[in-house]
Amino acid sequence: MTDMIRAEGLVKHYGETRALDGLDLTVAEGTVLGLLGPNGAGKTTAVRILTTLLLADSGTATVAGVDVAKDPQEVRRRIGLSGQYAAVDEHLTGFENLEMVGRLYGLGRKIAKERATELLERFDLTEAAHRPSKTYSGGMRRRLDLAGALVASPAVLVLDEPTTGLDPRSRLQMWDVIRDLVAQGTTLLLTTQYLEEADQLADEIVVIDHGRAIARGTADELKLQVGGERIHLTVADEADGDKARELVADAVGTDVSVTGREVVASVNAGAQSLMAVLRALDAAGVRLLDIGLRRPTLDDVFLTLTGHAAEQTTENDAVEVAR
Amino acid sequence: MTTLTKTFNDSVVIAQRNLIKIKRVPEILVFVLISPIMFVLLFAFVFGGAIDAGPGLNYREFLIGGIFAQTVVFGATFTGAGIAEDMQKGIIDRFRSLPMSSSAVLWGRTVSDVVYNVLSLIIMALTGLLVGWRMREGVVDALAAFALLLLFAFAISWVMAWVGLMVPSVEVINNASFIVIMPLTFVSNAFVPLESFPTGLRTFVEWNPVSALTQAVRELFGNTSAMVPTPDVWSMQHPVLYTLIWVALILVVFVPLSVRQYRLASSR
Repeated sequence: MTDMIRAEGLVKHYGETRALDGLDLTVAEGTVLGLLGPNGAGKTTAVRILTTLLLADSGTATVAGVDVAKDPQEVRRRIGLSGQYAAVDEHLTGFENLEMVGRLYGLGRKIAKERATELLERFDLTEAAHRPSKTYSGGMRRRLDLAGALVASPAVLVLDEPTTGLDPRSRLQMWDVIRDLVAQGTTLLLTTQYLEEADQLADEIVVIDHGRAIARGTADELKLQVGGERIHLTVADEADGDKARELVADAVGTDVSVTGREVVASVNAGAQSLMAVLRALDAAGVRLLDIGLRRPTLDDVFLTLTGHAAEQTTENDAVEVAR
Repeated sequence: MTTLTKTFNDSVVIAQRNLIKIKRVPEILVFVLISPIMFVLLFAFVFGGAIDAGPGLNYREFLIGGIFAQTVVFGATFTGAGIAEDMQKGIIDRFRSLPMSSSAVLWGRTVSDVVYNVLSLIIMALTGLLVGWRMREGVVDALAAFALLLLFAFAISWVMAWVGLMVPSVEVINNASFIVIMPLTFVSNAFVPLESFPTGLRTFVEWNPVSALTQAVRELFGNTSAMVPTPDVWSMQHPVLYTLIWVALILVVFVPLSVRQYRLASSR
């Protein structure tokens, strides 16, 4: 299997800020790499370098075997990019947007029109095809943007936070669309702030913070590092705290911590563990105010991997200014 | 496909896209077309009585050539604003990630703005005819005058395109361009006769390309008087040639400069 994306030692400064600090990435053909990190971790900077929008200060990168710095035009023929900010012309209709992109890829007028019609159909935009895109909802605009990235059926697709800012329904729709693409063999680099999204879509995940990779592996491997899911419960009577801890520890066989009425336990068997805990507490007559199963969030991953919570830095703002 | 045909095709696509915007938001056009009408009426009726164009010359007749020149120069701001706006929007990332010609965004914009200039010249000519201006040298000369105005407008568009790439936001464009455009158009023979300027300023006026353009247009439309001799300066004696030299000069400098700036603009 060949690597469709390969980046080595990418460094990028914005003034004093090191947006990328020696990032290495490889994405094998037909696989999905999730680049996971908080705002300002350097995700967008990495994407912009790999898609020829930005030059790295040092380091090398090839996409589909072509060097991004030496032959950007050749790279552009092989990639499709859909960004965090929908790159559509709001005055043009959906159809006109896609036709324009097709013609700029050099498809020719007739093929560009056919392709536009086909993609609008595929992304459920046929009805809105001849309305200016500024009348579209956020989700529709994002789908149109993704369609724009697919006009030339690129071998490599790069999606920069494809679901940030979307409502839950649009997010699920977007996931379906992305899964379809992956099923057809597209190589995908995806950035996201959500562990769940990387979990759902990516074969491999690279966690980045302050411009460097701090962990990589499959979603399961990462979650194992974090300790998987947790049960959070609140007892009705604070005096029951210690009793609850013992019962929970017996039921799930892992460490349990208690703070006041709150009891937290890492579990490995998810819903099964939850049921076991419920049965044990019920049998012992411990009354509960609340109980639930929580998946590890990006914050948990960060806390575990770096010892600090995911900070919101201003590097993305620096990217904005530089544009 | 050769680079040249690729650039040409891509520029046509971008120009079409820009023209669609004018179709969708015609309000943009209303403002840029109304300002020349306003200028014609303002100068013709407010200042017309106070300014003496010279013996044998009606001020309104004298004025229109100047208004034409002034309007095409002001119109270039439109190009700068269009480019600055594009650079701020997400669409520029789409363009930059496509295997398109890197100068097409600029060529497309400057070419689509020629269409806008044609419209604005038509409106101005009609307003001029209403207030008493006439083309007295025949169709060929009149067409030559309009062609010269469009060429100069196209060249100035490239200057403003470059400015549009340099400014941080669209709002700055108007201020930035006024600093250049106001002196160029007002310290010229566009509104008052060249003879009325004091000696020091007069040399600037004589060699100002806007003066030459105005002079050229007046001659081609036959809006000059035999009783007012053309100033004895090379630029005023050969206004068409002098204007064309400026057009060439501006394009030679600002086309490569703007294309380079476009490539740099977001790859920092």
